[in-house]
Amino acid sequence: MKDKRYLKLSGLEPLIITPESNFINVGERTNVAGSKKFLRLIKERNFEEALSVAREQVENGAQIIDVNMDDGLIDGKEAMVKFLNLVIAEPDISRVPIMIDSSKWEIIEAGLQVVQGKCVVNSISLKEGEAEFIHHAKLIKRYGAAVIVMAFDETGQADNYDRRIEIAKRSYDILVNQVKFAPEDIIFDLNIFPVATGMDEHRKNAIDFIEATRWVRENLPHVSVSGGVSNVSFSFRGNDPVREAMHSVFLYHAIQAGMNIGIVNPAMLEVYDDIPKDLLEHVEDVMLDRREDATERLLDFAETVKGTAKESKIDLSWREESLQNRITRALVKGIDEYILEDIEEARQIANKPIEVIEGNLMIGMNVVGDLFGSGKMFLPQVVKSARVMKKAVAYLLPYIEKAKKDLTEKSPQPPKGEKAELVPPLGARGTDSAGRILMATVKGDVHDIGKNIVGVVLACNNYEIIDLGVMVPPEKIIATAKEENVDAIGLSGLITPSLDEMVFLAKEMQRQNFKVPLLIGGATTSRAHTAVKIDPEYECAVVHINDASRAVTVVGDLLKKETSEAYKENIKQEYDTFRQDFLKRQKVKTYLPISEARKNKFQIDWNSSEIVKPNKLGVHVLKDFDLNILLDYLDWTPFFRSWELHGKYPNILTDEIVGEQASELFKDAKKMLHKIISEKLLEARAVFGIFEANTIDDDDILIVPHRGGAEGAFPPSGVRGLTLRQQSQKAKGKPNLALADFIAPKETGIQDYIGCFCVSTGFGTAELAAKYVAEHDDYNAIMVKALADRLAEAFAEYLHKEVRTNYWGYASEENLTNEDLISEKYKGIRPAPGYPACPDHLEKGTIWELLKVKENIGVELTEHMAMWPAASVSGYYFANPEARYFGLGKIKMDQVEDFAKRKNMDLEEATNWLKTNIAEAP
Amino acid sequence: MNKIQQALQNRILILDGAMGTMLQRYKFSEEDFRGERFKDFHKSVQGNNDLLSITQPQAIADIHSKYFAAGADIVETNTFSSTTIAMADYDMQDLVYELNYESAKIAKKVADGFSSKEPNKPRFVAGAMGPTNKTASMSPDVNDPGFRAISFEELRVAYKQQAEALIDGGVDILLVETIFDTLNAKAALFAIDEIKEERNIDIPIMISGTITDASGRTLSGQTAEAFLISITHIPLLSVGFNCALGAKQLTPHLEVIANRTNLAVSAYPNAGLPNAFGEYDESPQQMASQVKEYLDKQLVNIIGGCCGTTPEHIKAIAEIASQYKPRSVFNSENAAV
Repeated sequence: MKDKRYLKLSGLEPLIITPESNFINVGERTNVAGSKKFLRLIKERNFEEALSVAREQVENGAQIIDVNMDDGLIDGKEAMVKFLNLVIAEPDISRVPIMIDSSKWEIIEAGLQVVQGKCVVNSISLKEGEAEFIHHAKLIKRYGAAVIVMAFDETGQADNYDRRIEIAKRSYDILVNQVKFAPEDIIFDLNIFPVATGMDEHRKNAIDFIEATRWVRENLPHVSVSGGVSNVSFSFRGNDPVREAMHSVFLYHAIQAGMNIGIVNPAMLEVYDDIPKDLLEHVEDVMLDRREDATERLLDFAETVKGTAKESKIDLSWREESLQNRITRALVKGIDEYILEDIEEARQIANKPIEVIEGNLMIGMNVVGDLFGSGKMFLPQVVKSARVMKKAVAYLLPYIEKAKKDLTEKSPQPPKGEKAELVPPLGARGTDSAGRILMATVKGDVHDIGKNIVGVVLACNNYEIIDLGVMVPPEKIIATAKEENVDAIGLSGLITPSLDEMVFLAKEMQRQNFKVPLLIGGATTSRAHTAVKIDPEYECAVVHINDASRAVTVVGDLLKKETSEAYKENIKQEYDTFRQDFLKRQKVKTYLPISEARKNKFQIDWNSSEIVKPNKLGVHVLKDFDLNILLDYLDWTPFFRSWELHGKYPNILTDEIVGEQASELFKDAKKMLHKIISEKLLEARAVFGIFEANTIDDDDILIVPHRGGAEGAFPPSGVRGLTLRQQSQKAKGKPNLALADFIAPKETGIQDYIGCFCVSTGFGTAELAAKYVAEHDDYNAIMVKALADRLAEAFAEYLHKEVRTNYWGYASEENLTNEDLISEKYKGIRPAPGYPACPDHLEKGTIWELLKVKENIGVELTEHMAMWPAASVSGYYFANPEARYFGLGKIKMDQVEDFAKRKNMDLEEATNWLKTNIAEAP
Repeated sequence: MNKIQQALQNRILILDGAMGTMLQRYKFSEEDFRGERFKDFHKSVQGNNDLLSITQPQAIADIHSKYFAAGADIVETNTFSSTTIAMADYDMQDLVYELNYESAKIAKKVADGFSSKEPNKPRFVAGAMGPTNKTASMSPDVNDPGFRAISFEELRVAYKQQAEALIDGGVDILLVETIFDTLNAKAALFAIDEIKEERNIDIPIMISGTITDASGRTLSGQTAEAFLISITHIPLLSVGFNCALGAKQLTPHLEVIANRTNLAVSAYPNAGLPNAFGEYDESPQQMASQVKEYLDKQLVNIIGGCCGTTPEHIKAIAEIASQYKPRSVFNSENAAV
């Protein structure tokens, strides 16, 4: 079954031609004999534009591209190699197979030597005799290409039925029996010649070709038949309507006879069914040689259709299509311009307004779902589809409500106390919804971009989403899940304490005997954490979903009756294996006792180390900061990542696969940024300070607030910042780092300094996002949040630069581009609590105390130490040139105990906070 | 049907593990690499592992022995870089024939020793033909995408020389491996096909590509299926993948191949993905448990290890593979004509 004898070709991607395949169209614009423009470009050696000709025809649907450089004024071999080498470097072109077209063998061979995929050679024949035919065929086989064989032999070109089948048979026998050429790799070109030339011997040109094609496909197993179609209408040059009709009539019959490949200019082709009846009849008379006077009649008739060439239509032709097609297209393309008028039309036809959702809209959304599932649509497009969908549903809702009311008024009242069921926005439950899914960002966490995307994507796939929002306590999740009888629960979180919340929830679900699958997602979550920590706590399936596009398939597998049990079992097994392996691997790592790790601290020679006294000690506040300044500091790469478009900015804009989507998203983002700035929709605020500081007791930093500032009452001895130290056994010569190592110890007697900051661009985000949600515009709601996050990061970047060059001034000479900043080329570091160097979120409390963050700029900390508004960044500034970013890794309980003592906190609480970083946590 | 094809019908064949990983254990110095013969050579040769077939033949033979003892049916010759193209880095192009010939001899002698001791389990030698360090369908110069550092013709000549020496040295199979650019592999196949015709011999060919990243494509951009289509014009013993990924990550790509070919399928992944220090640390048991998935899904006929694998890995893999039947291969009426 696996290895049927089909013609299989390849570029970067496969092309397999089966009996079920539609007609394979070969692009002919990269043929100097077929395109004047291409010839000119090659002559001028304008390869750049020649490439765009190739790209355009692939974009327009050519499944193979024919490349021909046969021209007297061109060095064909050189041009072929040069052009093909350039084509190979363009994945959007070279994804399709290449047809190397030349009448000169040396050009063909040169072409075969530069293409990795399986090509088609166009062409060989018996023209120069058997010996040469065999020689070339053997080489083609050795190079691994398919071949077009022309119906041509020593005596000339086959121009009638008998000669065509005679030469085809002879060529086939030689190739298959003598050369051992795979028959499926043979394509016959049986010569398409013009008809209606006025000469009697040309009358049967088309019908002979068609009949010979039929014979070849029936008698020579596995071969294909191809040809250049435009030849057939040669005598009607200048009369495009007639030529177009001739091409489609010819193809219609030739394809039925078995022609499966061809060179056709799609612009020169009429839809067979659209050919006017009278023209069709005249053309078919000629093609099939049905009348003595067919040619004369067509010539006469042609006069009347001359000049009525197709006008180029503006591309609103889809508005003429059926209602369902229009609705589907609006959803697929995300066009909301006409959706209300189409929905109104559908509503008037429907028996009940709900049918428009269950029928028309769902049909369209299923197309979206299929395209997305098969990778033909990208996330931003799907979100746009959802926007159109929501707009349509919002329009219908009042009608649905009314219909319901009418119904209840006519029928007996429901028993008292039973509340009238609200119709959910996306497909009513019961017959239609694929399932009801509860989604929530867990307690203490405020991040919801990813969760919202997953929600939208699932909603597009006909799941009903109950979104509880952010900071949702476990009791509420449990209670709602019961009340609403949900089919799955999806949890999201970005900060590390959220991981424990998820574990807790899993335990709680188990305790209450839940039987619904639990989905885990969000930036800090991982397959490892899910498998090792969450999965063992809950008997039903727990699945980690790392991106929204996978959500649809996973949820589908989980909830569909046919797949559900097997999938759950499978995933349980998979996580179990993963967990076993993981735990085994863990044991190998060795750790130092904290006392040993401290002895191996990072050594800075403090006597020669550069310590710059800050220009402006103390606390500084910036409010209503001009967002325009931040535009130069934006790092776009993570923005695209938040939309699940992966790739580096700016290259992502021209990326082969996601480039178009990324560019469109980028355009929308710019537009939104402009709106945010010009209408002052978000406010940026910052508070930061620089203080005297020294390291004490190895791992603590004693920070002494500046006297006389506005910061008010501090303990006179200062505030202790606690840092954690790496404990894993290092390679010889490598230190066990702690952030404290970058500040001069007290005992050196050298005065050192530290800074800290909090910036936020989140003021106004929630309101703005809520406004968009109310307008059923999830796309822009997500956009606002994603941009606010980026602005906050840009603000942090900007402020750090200001501190380095101005407020502190330890790098006043610095001159770095935004790219340099993004790649952290600056001197010093700004580690943030909750990130690898300093995973301890509690340190945010220290920053809040030092800077009076809440009082000064209004950013608050949740009970789990997440910042609110979410688009905020806080951290420390370390100025030492030797300071660098690092990851803490796992620590042991001895350090946790020590930490608890230093923090004056009980061990259990400390353990809880540091849990994700503890090796073999209890 | 030759002995190898016979063996393939009956069981899953085990390929050896990494040569480089094993050689690292010897901690050979520059002098060790040079030996007596190259003590005055004008360039540093430390790191030229293929040279050790001449200067430290016993170490090479010992490693082959260890793999056979661990259960391997096939070992690869120590010739991954023994082409004029790759040897140019060491100025040792002139040694290419000798390197291949001697490496084949060493492996064959060890194999014959094992075969005669265990006649019911014949051992085989595959002549390893690496990808060279140049690519025929990609430009090394980002500013000049049409440029090529090597031509098909140069590759064909180099591969032909290597293949002839390997055959002269007595290898049972030619293994074109770690293919990151299909055009390089096509040059190798072209050369081998020429030799077969010129010498009127038949020698089984194994083909092994490498998928380098999560996109599931070769370095030169082909999907697994496009790769398969591009190299099956020459009769092959097997097709598959090695290197780059661990066993787990290789699974979907093997599935693509296994579902689309009637050829035998081979896989010899790395010992997991490299850790932060560039080391491969998947243990033999871990790797075997990953490999079990191939076996459960009936994906492979030939299995072994690439970077980071050791005789212990091969032993674990051989043990688990012995409990399974090979993936069925229909090569009768569908064999390439």
